[in-house]
Amino acid sequence: MRSAETYEISRKTSVVRLLKDKMAGSVMFAFTMISVLLLILIGFGLVIKSMPILEEKSLWELLCTSKWKPMRGDFGFLPFIMGTLWVTGIAIIWTLPVSLFTAVFLTENSRSWVKKVVFPALDILAGLPSVVYGVWGILVVVPWISDRLAPHFVEYSTGYSTLTAGIVLGIMVLPLLISLFVELFSSVPQEFRDASLSLGATRWQTTKYVLLKKTFPGIVASVTLAISRAMGETIAVLMVCGNIVQLPASLFDGCYPLPALLANNYGEMLSLPLYESALMLAALILFVVVFVFNIGSRLLLRKIERSLT
Amino acid sequence: MNIPFLSKKLKWTAAEWNETELKKGFFRPNQKFCTEESSRSNIRVEHLNVSIQGNRILKDVSTEIPDRKITCIIGPSGCGKSTLLKSLNRLQEHTEGVEVTGKVLVDEEDLYAPGVEITHIRRKIGLLSQRPCPLPMSIYDNVAYGCRIHGLRNRKKLNLVVRHYLQAVGLWEEVKDRLHSPAGRMSIGQQQRLCLARGLAVEPQFILADEATSALDPISSRTIEDLFLKLKEEYAIVLVTHTLRQALRIADYVIFMYMGEIIEAGPAEQIFKNPQQELTQKYLQGVFS
Repeated sequence: MRSAETYEISRKTSVVRLLKDKMAGSVMFAFTMISVLLLILIGFGLVIKSMPILEEKSLWELLCTSKWKPMRGDFGFLPFIMGTLWVTGIAIIWTLPVSLFTAVFLTENSRSWVKKVVFPALDILAGLPSVVYGVWGILVVVPWISDRLAPHFVEYSTGYSTLTAGIVLGIMVLPLLISLFVELFSSVPQEFRDASLSLGATRWQTTKYVLLKKTFPGIVASVTLAISRAMGETIAVLMVCGNIVQLPASLFDGCYPLPALLANNYGEMLSLPLYESALMLAALILFVVVFVFNIGSRLLLRKIERSLT
Repeated sequence: MNIPFLSKKLKWTAAEWNETELKKGFFRPNQKFCTEESSRSNIRVEHLNVSIQGNRILKDVSTEIPDRKITCIIGPSGCGKSTLLKSLNRLQEHTEGVEVTGKVLVDEEDLYAPGVEITHIRRKIGLLSQRPCPLPMSIYDNVAYGCRIHGLRNRKKLNLVVRHYLQAVGLWEEVKDRLHSPAGRMSIGQQQRLCLARGLAVEPQFILADEATSALDPISSRTIEDLFLKLKEEYAIVLVTHTLRQALRIADYVIFMYMGEIIEAGPAEQIFKNPQQELTQKYLQGVFS
């Protein structure tokens, strides 16, 4: 028989336990909210800081003109936006097939020793600081472009160009994309491949019709992630892109992406009140572009997934 | 205007038009897609050893798969039933560290000989896995997939094939109105029958089934069993099973395996009524499982 006392004690502890459980839940929720709140705060701060220039000029004028003369009060962001898009676009265009086929090879066709060599190499490639990529770009890619490639297409190029920036940025994105794709492809159960192979399909047919089809939503999501990362990449791009305020007319012209603008100019010339505000607006544009891109891809993803399952 | 979606829609309309053409009498339900008597092949396993990462899974296995019979492979868990099944169409070669010695002869052609072209042999041997796994495409495309990868592009012929094999597995009436909806939306029993139809569509002669009913509800698994009984008139079926009762119900020929070796093989009656080996007797009595 249990006495009344022990009964009381056990009841008391259970209340504490429940309380702890509740507290743990809410504390963890609070920690989770920190990251969301940070996002909102950053966005909000950027909006407040860029208000002065938005009050003075129309958004349309800021985004769609290409005259950039801060001393005279001309702020046209078009060259910077186009620079960002061009550089990111070039980077993704050449890395997408390379990384896709690398990942397919690694998961589907390669022997285990190949994986043992390639994965550490990719990890090192991903872990290198971006300054190293920038220096490498200046030492190798810039001379190659200006001496070898550019003379075939244009009269003269310094080598500090949109194409150079795209190539260097691509090399930085490559390990990220490959590891995302490898993760994605290894998540497909072996049974799908067996089902296709047992019908007499070749490995390539299996990859093309089953693997790539099955993982298509994942591929879209991975590419989006890579693009978001690529848009914000600063130092390496800044070192090789030429930093010339112009709409790039060819791949061999210099350009000036948004992050480079911020990194180069923030800290100087803050005596001009509108200039600081303009730079903040540049940051805001970057923020909004990445934000909209993520939301858009999420919507697209949902549509694709619904049509597949 | 979004072109890809539009073109897909056009394709579907064309497919539907073809359907109606078929209904006008082009299609003959009694049409046989089976192979000629003279061209029937056989599978023979000779001294097969399989080891995975140093563990010997199969030890010196030799057997022959009888034609137009249901062969049940029974035995306790981990005795190498599934490995034997997968060795029959060389699907285990993708796992790490597999070593195979011995021969699996399909039409006197050794699967494990160096440089043998596997895809045309695999085509003769269909596979039905434990859990149904419809490919990520529509019901129609699932059945047509096998024919397409072997180069059949004619839409009328594809329609015929799809319809015939969906009828063969009794799925046609259930899905004929939604042939172009994703296969993942069907019930799990229907999915398994679809996988069977997909396997049959490349006109194999053997069907390997790896515990094909263990993930299904009783009614669906009964449907699959009935299908097997019907299909054995045309195909040789090899079924790995954990449930002795299922083997009792449908097996014509039984292979009993234990610890990677074939202990006893023979006609079902003989094995169940009058087992020769002590191990088989004990297994059938339920001493171990």
